[in-house]
Amino acid sequence: MKAFTKINGLAAPLDRANVDTDAIIPKQFLKSIKRSGFGPYLFDEWRYLDHGEPGMDCTNRPKNPDFVLNKPRYQGAQVLLARENFGCGSSREHAPWAIEDFGFSVMIAPSFADIFFSNSYKNGILPIVASAEIVDRLFKECEATEGYKLNVDLETQTVTAPSGFGFGFDITPHRKHCLLNGLDEIGLTLMHADDIKAFETGHKAVQPWLFA
Amino acid sequence: MAGKTLYDKLWDTHEVRREEDGTCLLYIDRHLVHEVTSPQAFEGLRIAGRKAWRSSSVVAVPDHNTPTNHWDRDIEDPISKTQVDTLDANIKEFGSLIYFPFKHKNQGIIHVIAPENGAILPGMTVVCGDSHTATHGAFAALAHGIGTSEVEHVLATQTLIQKKSKAMLVKVDGKLGLGVTAKDVALAIIGKIGTAGGNGYCIEFAGSVFRDLSMEGRMTVCNLAIEAGARAGIIGVDDKTIAYLKGRPNVPTGAVWDTAVAYWNTLHSDADAKFDKIVELNAADIEPQVTWGTSPEQVLAVGGRVPNPANEADPTKRTGIENALKYMGLQADMPITDIKIDKVFIGSCTNSRIEDLRAASVVAKGKKIASNITLAIVVPGSGIVKRQAEEEGLDKIFIDAGFEWREPGCSMCLAMNADRLSPGERCASTSNRNFEGRQGPGGRTHLVSPAMAAAAAIAGHFVDVRQA
Ligand code: SF4
Repeated sequence: MKAFTKINGLAAPLDRANVDTDAIIPKQFLKSIKRSGFGPYLFDEWRYLDHGEPGMDCTNRPKNPDFVLNKPRYQGAQVLLARENFGCGSSREHAPWAIEDFGFSVMIAPSFADIFFSNSYKNGILPIVASAEIVDRLFKECEATEGYKLNVDLETQTVTAPSGFGFGFDITPHRKHCLLNGLDEIGLTLMHADDIKAFETGHKAVQPWLFA
Repeated sequence: MAGKTLYDKLWDTHEVRREEDGTCLLYIDRHLVHEVTSPQAFEGLRIAGRKAWRSSSVVAVPDHNTPTNHWDRDIEDPISKTQVDTLDANIKEFGSLIYFPFKHKNQGIIHVIAPENGAILPGMTVVCGDSHTATHGAFAALAHGIGTSEVEHVLATQTLIQKKSKAMLVKVDGKLGLGVTAKDVALAIIGKIGTAGGNGYCIEFAGSVFRDLSMEGRMTVCNLAIEAGARAGIIGVDDKTIAYLKGRPNVPTGAVWDTAVAYWNTLHSDADAKFDKIVELNAADIEPQVTWGTSPEQVLAVGGRVPNPANEADPTKRTGIENALKYMGLQADMPITDIKIDKVFIGSCTNSRIEDLRAASVVAKGKKIASNITLAIVVPGSGIVKRQAEEEGLDKIFIDAGFEWREPGCSMCLAMNADRLSPGERCASTSNRNFEGRQGPGGRTHLVSPAMAAAAAIAGHFVDVRQA
């Protein structure tokens, strides 16, 4: 996993509540057995005017000029501003894979769906929960200011806008540690293999039928 | 000290470690696997040179990509076939307790085959790279949907990194009216608390309505807990739970059974347990439900009218309604029963069990589907369900009414196989998601119960099944 420390990244506002994982990456792209290459199909049905299929070359597909991420001013965006319950729906990890592959490394929203939220961390993306008022302010500032960049610092857990407006965010120490160091969670967990084995022995003694 | 919730009990018996910040390593008893969310996880293991920690915890089946007709032609879409073949190869390499490959007589949707083969027991922790894993909470099992990185983590370590959620109690007391089903109860709950209402919670369903439901009905309710945003949905053990399990494969027998039953009977919330939030509904107020929008919370009783955005004060919600009406091609204020449909889908892990097919067949019996219906399909949840239905003659009832009787699988629930809607087509569906494009790009989905879907097929538009 890629480490994340801090960025000063261009923000793009996606002004819709309850954006679901089918919208983030439509199901036809779930047929891949790979982890990479989903970026060109991020928000496929909103981004393009034709129907996308896996393996398609997207460079010449007709783009929907009204879709926010197609606007020239948001090209190269790294911070996605979103509304409440972002990422609801399925557990498909293709959603954060697509978001990461597209180039986003931070998402800011009033709330995220649960599974999507934890999937994001595992792919080096930082999801930041901020109050609806703060997010609303970021949306307004972002839409009003071309080239609006947010400074996101994981070490200090702060976000600072060009206007000087800033706020802090929460993250569990474990997630922060993994993200800052780009650590593989499995390797970390296996450091506790003895604990797992000990637990397993006790568990089996109490509920042997679970191990039949 | 206050008593424990069922959630506390399930959690406490699986905690391997707890870090200072409350992050826990939770031991996983059962790992369900399907072909879509697992290839990258097995690949990860292979790259890191890791083995599966306990392959006998794995129950696997291909279901999302498998066709529901023309099994003689195999899987025609090469990409789908690659996913299914990849699962075959991965299970062969890493091992499993149960694996039903494509065309096996017991193949079906993972969330249907696992319980019917006794692979879900009370007190278990269950995971699957699939959000509808919540289904298994019906057995007082703590069941989480997880992402692919977590699938790999569970395969390699038999644990999941989790923080404990808050506990919510959803209580529905009273008696359900005739024609009102588990699906309607679940949709009514989602309509009340919203698709984000359960965020950060594990929901326990309690009250006479859930006690009266069969295990199949309870699975439908827990299946939809995820659509309310909850991490899991659970229901305590009672005699029905035990009766369902008895005699199934993979369930203990003899003296072990007796010990297990004694333990399982402790799996309910203590009378003095404290919940972080309690939501109550009255069974008598619940009517057959129909979703009108593109989120499961956009749901109404069948007698209702499509909402008018002009009446919504909150601007985000107003835009939400406007977007949904536009996508769904509906007029504000029109009666739900005026909505004409093109296709009907009876199936999915929400509603493809034997009881669902029975309920739909009662409505379809001796009738014909309306002339405006271009396709009506019934897709049993598994080979076992299919055979049982055929023994009861349900297949004939459906076929005589004009439905197609298909092979088991996820099918048009998410349209990864050939079963899908064309742009603009409108479907009465017993599945669980009405998101844009869920059943095919541009397709329009209305979620309903099996009986309501069958009634809509006969009428050609939504009708109140109580008057059908
Ligand atoms: S039936 Fe639908 S919701 Fe259930 S597992 Fe299959 S695709 Fe997912």
